[in-house]
Amino acid sequence: MQQQTIPEQKHVSWAVTLNVSWAGIKRRFFRSLITMSGVVLAIAFLTYMQVMNEIVQALVEARDPVLDAILQAAGVEIHEESSNDSIVLLIILSLLACFVGIVNSMLMSVTERIKEIGTLKCLGALDGFIVRSYFIESSVQGVAGTCLGCILGLIVSIVVAFSSYKGHVATHFPWVGVFNALLVSLLIGTLLSVSAAILPAYMAAKKQPVDAMRVEE
Amino acid sequence: MTTEQKEDIIVKARGVTKVYTMGAEKIHALRGIDLDVRRGEYLSILGPSGSGKSTFFNMVGGLDRPTDGSVEVDGCCLRELNQKQLAWVRCHKMGYIFQSFNLIMTMTALENVALPRIFAGESPSEARDAAADILKVVGLGHRLTHLPSQVSGGQQQRIAIARALVNKPSIVLADEPTGNLDLHTGEEIINLLGELKSEFGITIITATHDMKMLSASDTVVWIKDGRADRVARKGEFEIAIGTIDGKTLA
Ligand SMILES: Nc1ncnc2c1ncn2[C@@H]1O[C@H](COP(=O)(O)OP(=O)(O)OP(=O)(O)O)[C@@H](O)[C@H]1O
Ligand SMILES: [Mg+2]
Repeated sequence: MQQQTIPEQKHVSWAVTLNVSWAGIKRRFFRSLITMSGVVLAIAFLTYMQVMNEIVQALVEARDPVLDAILQAAGVEIHEESSNDSIVLLIILSLLACFVGIVNSMLMSVTERIKEIGTLKCLGALDGFIVRSYFIESSVQGVAGTCLGCILGLIVSIVVAFSSYKGHVATHFPWVGVFNALLVSLLIGTLLSVSAAILPAYMAAKKQPVDAMRVEE
Repeated sequence: MTTEQKEDIIVKARGVTKVYTMGAEKIHALRGIDLDVRRGEYLSILGPSGSGKSTFFNMVGGLDRPTDGSVEVDGCCLRELNQKQLAWVRCHKMGYIFQSFNLIMTMTALENVALPRIFAGESPSEARDAAADILKVVGLGHRLTHLPSQVSGGQQQRIAIARALVNKPSIVLADEPTGNLDLHTGEEIINLLGELKSEFGITIITATHDMKMLSASDTVVWIKDGRADRVARKGEFEIAIGTIDGKTLA
């Protein structure tokens, strides 16, 4: 018997995958906002903690006796390296919860979309396409959630700082410190949501085309 | 089967067997099916629920592998292909139409139909042009930017047909394409498939338990309990089921 040679299906580029995935990201926007609320809150908390710390540090370093009195009244230990181990632990826990939250909600969306994945494979999608599109989707959601969280955390910390220390905050505002804090939040949030996307993306790609044939409803 | 050796056979199934193992229980979904499908014909598979129609489809469509036996499509044996070659076959040689349409709900008609061409390596903008052309052919030129949820069931199935045809496949597999449609719309879909068959020179294989689907068929195969029970060419089955056919068509 003569076997004619069948070529192998080629991969679709990242750019085209993004182009194709964009429809889903756009039209599922409100759903993904809920998915990402965990990221928003965790990153907001991280940002708040960092920015508050920067502001208080800046006020302490101002060495202003009037300010020192206010700070002392607020319970800030001026002359000691304050040990904030418990705060660090709290931040780590919140980030961990956020990580597990993303993985969980992405896995749920994989289960929900088995039929869609099967259909895509029937149309000629390779595993790589499925991995990439899930990866892009949750990364975009994660980065959007991270940005929102940064903004939220920044706003809350500034409002709280002003209500405690009034105009002193403006005169001694630690621009560089706050900028660095935001950068750290952005980096951690992005890293977190992108790495949380890996497992669900691979789980999605493992679904088989026959799954598209199964009729539900 | 020896009399048909000179004909152009596009699907050759030999002893196709499928056993599902569920714990200790073994379900024999297919018990050795031999079937030849001629190029360009409209073949209907008829059979009661659970007889193995969908299972057979999955084997012919390269969606699942048989436990035993072989399926040859267009001269190539599906069993010998790797995952990427199978994906190529699904993309270029096959078109699938499902009972529940299986459109991507977050994509417009145009985006849905463009997908197979994008997977075939075309740029998204070229793919959308081709998709628009074929959507016009199925009568949906005015619904290009609608989401599936914004059109009727019959129109959704037309989008699915356009998507199945957009890569100019040689075989279209339709598993109960009218199962979710009312009588009239179902008939329209069948007629459309019949027209497109001649226009595009495709082979159509469809499963149904619906007698009125048979009017467009060239060949009808009855599957019973995982075996091909009876094969009837055009002319033969009309006589065989003439009375039932007459009543349903009215
Ligand atoms: N994934 C599976 N696991 C176990 N058993 C299966 C599976 N798919 C099908 N079967 C069994 O195989 C047999 C044939 O099923 P199949 O879906 O092919 O029937 P069908 O003719 O398409 O029926 P219907 O007309 O209801 O769609 C049935 O007994 C079914 O329960
Ligand atoms: Mg079935």
